[in-house]
Amino acid sequence: MADTRAEAVPKISSGSANKKRILRLLSPLDHRQTMILGIIGAVVFFAIWQIAHMMTAEEAKRFLPSPFAVVQALIDLIAEKDFLSDVAISAYRIFGSFFIACVIAIPLGVLMGCFAPLRALINPVVSGARYLPAASFIPLLLVWFGPTDSQKIALLVLGVIFFLIALILDNTEAVAKELIEAAQTMGASRREIVINVVGRAASPAIMDSMRNMIAVGYTYLVIAEIVAAQDGIGAVMMRAGRFLKVDVIMAGILTIGIMGVLTDILFRLCAYYAFPWNRKRKG
Amino acid sequence: MESAREISARTVISIKDMTKTYLGGSFTAVDNVSMEIKEGEIVAFVGPSGCGKTTVMRMVAGLEEPTEGVIFVNDQMVHGPGPDRGMIFQAYTSFPWLTARQNVEYGMKVLGIPTAERRERAQRLLEEVHLSPAADKYPAELSGGMKQRVAIARTLAQNPEVLLMDEPFGALDAQVRWEMQEMMIEIINAEKKTVILVTHDIQEAIYLADRVVFFTRTPGRIKQDVYMEFKSGQRFAGKEELLGQPGYLEIEKQLFAWMREEIKQ
Repeated sequence: MADTRAEAVPKISSGSANKKRILRLLSPLDHRQTMILGIIGAVVFFAIWQIAHMMTAEEAKRFLPSPFAVVQALIDLIAEKDFLSDVAISAYRIFGSFFIACVIAIPLGVLMGCFAPLRALINPVVSGARYLPAASFIPLLLVWFGPTDSQKIALLVLGVIFFLIALILDNTEAVAKELIEAAQTMGASRREIVINVVGRAASPAIMDSMRNMIAVGYTYLVIAEIVAAQDGIGAVMMRAGRFLKVDVIMAGILTIGIMGVLTDILFRLCAYYAFPWNRKRKG
Repeated sequence: MESAREISARTVISIKDMTKTYLGGSFTAVDNVSMEIKEGEIVAFVGPSGCGKTTVMRMVAGLEEPTEGVIFVNDQMVHGPGPDRGMIFQAYTSFPWLTARQNVEYGMKVLGIPTAERRERAQRLLEEVHLSPAADKYPAELSGGMKQRVAIARTLAQNPEVLLMDEPFGALDAQVRWEMQEMMIEIINAEKKTVILVTHDIQEAIYLADRVVFFTRTPGRIKQDVYMEFKSGQRFAGKEELLGQPGYLEIEKQLFAWMREEIKQ
């Protein structure tokens, strides 16, 4: 395909020009090529999985089921075990907790980025808190909230909020000083500058930070649903583990993976339509 | 094309014994600078890098506080920035999330100017800076020169009495810079602004300014304060016309000589 195109273009320079490298630095890739490569990558992954399954000894095959068996297990779960309601509960926990984290982290991060005293006051605690493993809060949260939804949501909030604040602080500090000064010389109020200049300028970067941090939220989902949970994808996987149903465990992992990819696409679409002015950034 | 400059006696900007130190007084950026700038004057601040010329302008803008001394603009002591002193920066400051037109309207919105008047004035200014075909584009779609035109129109839209320009064309290539300089002469004449222009480009200073204040290198003091007398009160729209004026070469040589003196030290 690429060859026919190269021939259609008249040759301008001679020598090394006709040698087309695939891995060129800074080489652009159009939308279609990106899609095709992505699909090839996924197909290769499943092919390796399938080959690994076929090479596994017959008596051990149940510990590494084929991709088809996992998809079949997923279909059975949905058809017979009302798995979609578990998916819905997990989605509710992820999005609910992430919403709470954003409502706190976005204003806090932006204000810390704008005002040095606030940053000096809060940043040491927030930076330190990032190093605490979220799972270590589980006993505490169980005492406080009991084995409830609130306990799981609280854990997911704790898992992402400190990173989110730190990232949004960075995003805010990266706003060009001249934009703020220009607004000041135009007589804009402090409130106007924080919300409509710094906030607006940082918003695409904040959206990127959110997209990256909700992925981290997903990584905490199973931890949250392993302990004292009756429903949710993690609980289903835990139960399957007790009966060595590897195909069901893998179906759970696959489901989380699919949800993650869809969430990522959702965030990218939101960013694309919310910030039309930022689309040509990389062009 | 020539236009006579109106000489006014009214002082617009008055700087008295201004000193700016940093690092708790151990570094003096600006040392005891005093000057008066009259209404309608274009004054260029020229000097080697790090001579404090930008700092002096930023203090007039109110973006920095002098350590000692005071600044009056229209007999009001300067405390912080305000829309009576419009500033144009070297870095592109047009807001990327607003179109060119929305950018120009932004400053007027801040001032609470009604929508209809905003629209009309934005349109007129976009025409004045030759930007009306690109009015509804975002800055990311505009060239460097066009972004700078947006910033200029946005500042003018607030109708500031004083225009502060901090190396406004420094990031532009030579041809665009020249176009922008000619446009600026036209605009300043039409809008009758008092202007401070910070530049390290000697030709730009001579071309645009009525008066050049030359700063010494660290600490910044006024080395020379000269009027462009060879222009005899005129502003030249075309650069080649200016270059043909008797006396042009002498002043250019003089400024280069001062620059050399400062760099050598």
